[in-house]
Amino acid sequence: MKEYTFFPGCSSEKSASAANMEHSVQSMCKMLGIQLNEIDDWNCCSASIGYAGGGQLPRLAMSARNFALAKQQRGNTDLVATCAACWLAMRETAERMEHEPEVKADINTALKEANLSYDGGIKTRHLVEVLIEDVGWDVLKSKVKKPLQGLKVAGYVGCQTNRPFGIVGESYENPLYLDKMIEATGAIAVPYPKKVSCCGGALMFTEVEKSCALVRDLLQCAVDNGAEVIVTPCPVCQLNVEVYQGKINQMFGTQFNIPVVYYSQLFVLAWGGSWEEAALHQQVVPADALRRFA
Amino acid sequence: MAYDLSFARDVYKNSEMGHWIKMCKQCGVCAGSCPLGPHWEFSPRQLFQMVRAGKKEEVLKSHSMWMCTSCYNCIVRCPRGLPITHIVHGLARYASVKGYADPDQVTNRFATRIFWTNIVSTGRVGEAMLTMRLYFVDGIAAGIKQGLEMKDSALGMLKAKRLNPIPLRGKIKGYAGFQAMLTKAQELEEKRESGV
Amino acid sequence: MEAKKIGCYICTGCGIGEALNVAALEKVASKEQKIPVTKSHPFLCGTEGIALIRQDMANEGVNALLIAACSHRNKTDEFEFNIPLLDRVDLRDKVLWVLEDGSKDSTAKEDLQMMAADYLRMGSVKLKKMNAPDPFLESGFSKDVLVVGGGVAGLTAAKEVADTGYRAILVEKSDQLGGMVARMHKTTPTLPPYRTLEDNPVQGLIAAVEGHSRIKIYKGAAIHKTQGAPGLFDVTIHAGGTETTERVGSIVLTTGYNLYDPAKLDKKLGYGSSPDVVTSLEFEEMAKAGKIVRKSDGKPAKRVAFSLCAGQRDSNHLEYCSAACCSYSLKHALYLMEQYADASAYILFQELRTPGQMEEFYRRVQEEGGVIIKGDVEKVEKAAAGGLTVQIHDKLVRGKEQLEVDLLVLATGMVSSVDTTDPNNPSPVGQVAEDAARYVLNLQYRQGRSMPELKWGFPDSHFICFPYETRRTGIYAAGPARRPMGIAETITDATGAALKAIQVVESVARGAAVHPRSGDLSYPSFRAEGCTQCKRCTEECPFGAINEDEKGNPLFNPTRCRRCGTCMGACPQKIISFANYSVDMIGSMLKEVEVPAEDEEKPRILLFACVNDAIPALDMVGQNRSKLSPYIRIIPLRCMGSMNLVWVADAMSSGFDGVLLMGCRHGDDYQCHNVRGSSLAETRLSKVSETLDRLQLESDRVKMVEVNIMDADTLPQLINDFAAQIASLAPNPYKEF
Repeated sequence: MKEYTFFPGCSSEKSASAANMEHSVQSMCKMLGIQLNEIDDWNCCSASIGYAGGGQLPRLAMSARNFALAKQQRGNTDLVATCAACWLAMRETAERMEHEPEVKADINTALKEANLSYDGGIKTRHLVEVLIEDVGWDVLKSKVKKPLQGLKVAGYVGCQTNRPFGIVGESYENPLYLDKMIEATGAIAVPYPKKVSCCGGALMFTEVEKSCALVRDLLQCAVDNGAEVIVTPCPVCQLNVEVYQGKINQMFGTQFNIPVVYYSQLFVLAWGGSWEEAALHQQVVPADALRRFA
Repeated sequence: MAYDLSFARDVYKNSEMGHWIKMCKQCGVCAGSCPLGPHWEFSPRQLFQMVRAGKKEEVLKSHSMWMCTSCYNCIVRCPRGLPITHIVHGLARYASVKGYADPDQVTNRFATRIFWTNIVSTGRVGEAMLTMRLYFVDGIAAGIKQGLEMKDSALGMLKAKRLNPIPLRGKIKGYAGFQAMLTKAQELEEKRESGV
Repeated sequence: MEAKKIGCYICTGCGIGEALNVAALEKVASKEQKIPVTKSHPFLCGTEGIALIRQDMANEGVNALLIAACSHRNKTDEFEFNIPLLDRVDLRDKVLWVLEDGSKDSTAKEDLQMMAADYLRMGSVKLKKMNAPDPFLESGFSKDVLVVGGGVAGLTAAKEVADTGYRAILVEKSDQLGGMVARMHKTTPTLPPYRTLEDNPVQGLIAAVEGHSRIKIYKGAAIHKTQGAPGLFDVTIHAGGTETTERVGSIVLTTGYNLYDPAKLDKKLGYGSSPDVVTSLEFEEMAKAGKIVRKSDGKPAKRVAFSLCAGQRDSNHLEYCSAACCSYSLKHALYLMEQYADASAYILFQELRTPGQMEEFYRRVQEEGGVIIKGDVEKVEKAAAGGLTVQIHDKLVRGKEQLEVDLLVLATGMVSSVDTTDPNNPSPVGQVAEDAARYVLNLQYRQGRSMPELKWGFPDSHFICFPYETRRTGIYAAGPARRPMGIAETITDATGAALKAIQVVESVARGAAVHPRSGDLSYPSFRAEGCTQCKRCTEECPFGAINEDEKGNPLFNPTRCRRCGTCMGACPQKIISFANYSVDMIGSMLKEVEVPAEDEEKPRILLFACVNDAIPALDMVGQNRSKLSPYIRIIPLRCMGSMNLVWVADAMSSGFDGVLLMGCRHGDDYQCHNVRGSSLAETRLSKVSETLDRLQLESDRVKMVEVNIMDADTLPQLINDFAAQIASLAPNPYKEF
């Protein structure tokens, strides 16, 4: 059984917005023989929007504390994140500590207050990278028991899983791994020109109309290309694109009702997992299009 | 005096990634790559030139940098390799710390007060509390109105067991250390930002 | 000279043997064309095939080869026999590959066979008309290289020439070497990582040149006369009150540039209104002298605005970009910031152009704090506290801004230093007043003393393909004398020109052309008694190769010649020819085509195609297996300039139904290897309607088109449309004659 240190992030907590991702990720990893060891007593990564309240050091220190705990508990085992923002915040912290000695020193001065220290050494990875690099496409395909034959899926990669770091080997403008994952489940990846366009991110809270307009375009593009379901790796994308459909329909007079699921949910279903194991009962827009494969 | 460089030099030194502003060659790829581009009064490239032109008030009072969705498209496309997203975040923070930013600007209000307060009070995001605080920031009546507008979504989330009906959440175990760490970091940050 | 004995070898490989009746083709060669040795081989370019040819050359006395196989652009190494008399007939690329398969269709089979036979006939007659060239060789050839202008370009060229083992003669008009760069403080970086200023290279270059045993230097010198031709240039140099004539083989023209006169600039830029408005060169000299100060009061100048494109890219001044000023101005900003830690350097630009590696240097200057501003200077006033108030239109922050500066530096542009003339209106020798100072070389050419111009006073050369080749063979312009450029580029340019100068003296010594027909030993000769002194050849030669005697007879300078045949095409008397290329040869070839009788309804269309672009494009048509009309017959020409109108008349009187001429693009952005060839052909063709009228034929039977080497995709439609248009006309009534 392959083990990784795991950082779930706030949205993956019980009864939090990405509980469906967390649940399906756990099912998926179980099916792959992967054990995710959650960092005990982790704190919020501070997310991108934390820049304004936290500035640089407090913001970076938050990820540094998680690194320090991870190192104490699990040594230098690869640290895996499922949330794009968490992954990004940790990678940014690691990069700045590595390249800016003053930042590293200041962070350690702060960590010391919590009786912690961190000198680097842990590699932060996205779960998608683990699937591609460690598990491999052959295994992902060989696990399929119930191919999602004929299912038309728009692969929505979004922003922060793709930029500024991105999944190893992918391009910023047209990453292909998500389409390959869709195809690995036996489904059809429809062309999706908006695959790396923004859903508004945290500005969905504050610039609601502007963000809803962005999501409307994302939805329209998926529908126009014949998608029955949208799949994404990012919890912010999933939330914004799924939950606001009702509001968007009100605002723009549209009639969107398209399920938005995680890649982990697709895999679990295609690999023969149950509706509940795939956490498909936790959708706000019911994933009816997937029923025929359950 | 136009193009007096004292403001620019302060930004270069004390704003996050501010020194990169020197390196902008004004191509405008950032402006064309921004998902909310049309809503920026001044695009990133304009903000950068305005910093260089010494237009302190116009830059710092602008709502533009609060339009950033953190999509990082500008970063990956900038031909000069400027970390534009971070520079823009830095300018927003700088404007906020220096007291120029409009406190009622929605994103400023949310980011500097509601979100940050939410995470530092327990160590993790409390989504329900975050939403409530956001809705009620303009008072009870506005909050109820907002809440009603989003009622269907919230009910959907509750039904899907993706929203905790109890807004209060506990602190992380090591909260005391966490808080001490942040206090120290904050102290170092202030030193940094004041240019000492 | 031994008698010509032709061997014809038909390759039957690559499907030729299956598609064509080879026995019948052999008969065409042996019986009809009376070629003494005719053979076929299934794999002619293979060892056995080549051995077969060599055997016949050794045992049968075969000394002229007609190889009927693939395009002459294929298998060039295999079919290299080091003999002057060889022609290739293309049965594959231009026959087999462009016609319909004849295996099922008897008409298609017949068309294939007819086309192949016609090409074999044309090849046979071409070879019969071809003679081995007798190279032009004289005893007086010099291999020395004259370098005109002693700045960085000239010093580099002279040094490169001498280091390669040749003698260089360097002529400099002033009393000192070094040119414009000698006045500079430092130079922009030429070495990785392209971030730091470099010491001025000029002193080192001067020392290397002055100490070189193979370099002779004339300072304070002027060239009063340049006579002759490559290998035989006699250059009269005046220096120190004495006149010397040097014989040289070639010339490198490195006279650099003059700066645009700042007094002519628009008033709004403020030049002359305050001593604190200076040119880039004045700023450069100030930096070289040490202190950067306000000229008005000598106080430190810490705030400086650099206005790029002063009088440049402006239809009222210089219309073009001088390429180097952006980098130089960035360098000036760095001088300033290196001198004062608290300096403010403002770079006002239209577009900041930093070619090559200068982008790295641009970054460096920004890192140091140099501020770029896209905008124009609108007004300059003296400020009360000294220095200047410069009002700018700031396009980046969208508004008018006032800059308080100590100095305003204007980047003025580079003006050509070479005397050029509009090539279409040359001022001939003898009609211009003797004013040596007006001329750099004072060429004693029938077409004028100056270099033909491309644009804006710079000497003509093909910008991309053949940058050094001016329209005076053996004279190579380099550095800013050729076009505006910076120091690093100038050094590269001068090195390239030096190599060209060496290449030409070596080619001349072998009697060979240097460019574009490198190695060609033929050159034009003329039958003097037939000349009517019409002067078309002396006027039209794109390279001014032909002088005139006092009666107007042409005087050929074979070493100036590029062997394009433009003179041959121009001559109404048909008295100009090459040993291996003549009016008679092409005329005989087209007459050899068998024109079917009118009732066979198989029109014939003659294609004259330039070997430089159209022929390779046609080869690609074949490689793409695109289909062409079976009625076309292609004759390659050296250059459309060699097209003599008599061929059109010949084609018409021989029964061809149409003639299509495929030349290169002409005009400002010409593609013609011989600069004017295709353009002159078109001019000539405009008179073809007279010929057609005389023959009572429709004028749209003859058409000229521009073909680019990349046109293989569009060429089939162009040709087939023309063929269809010709087919729609009544057959040429001259078929029956």
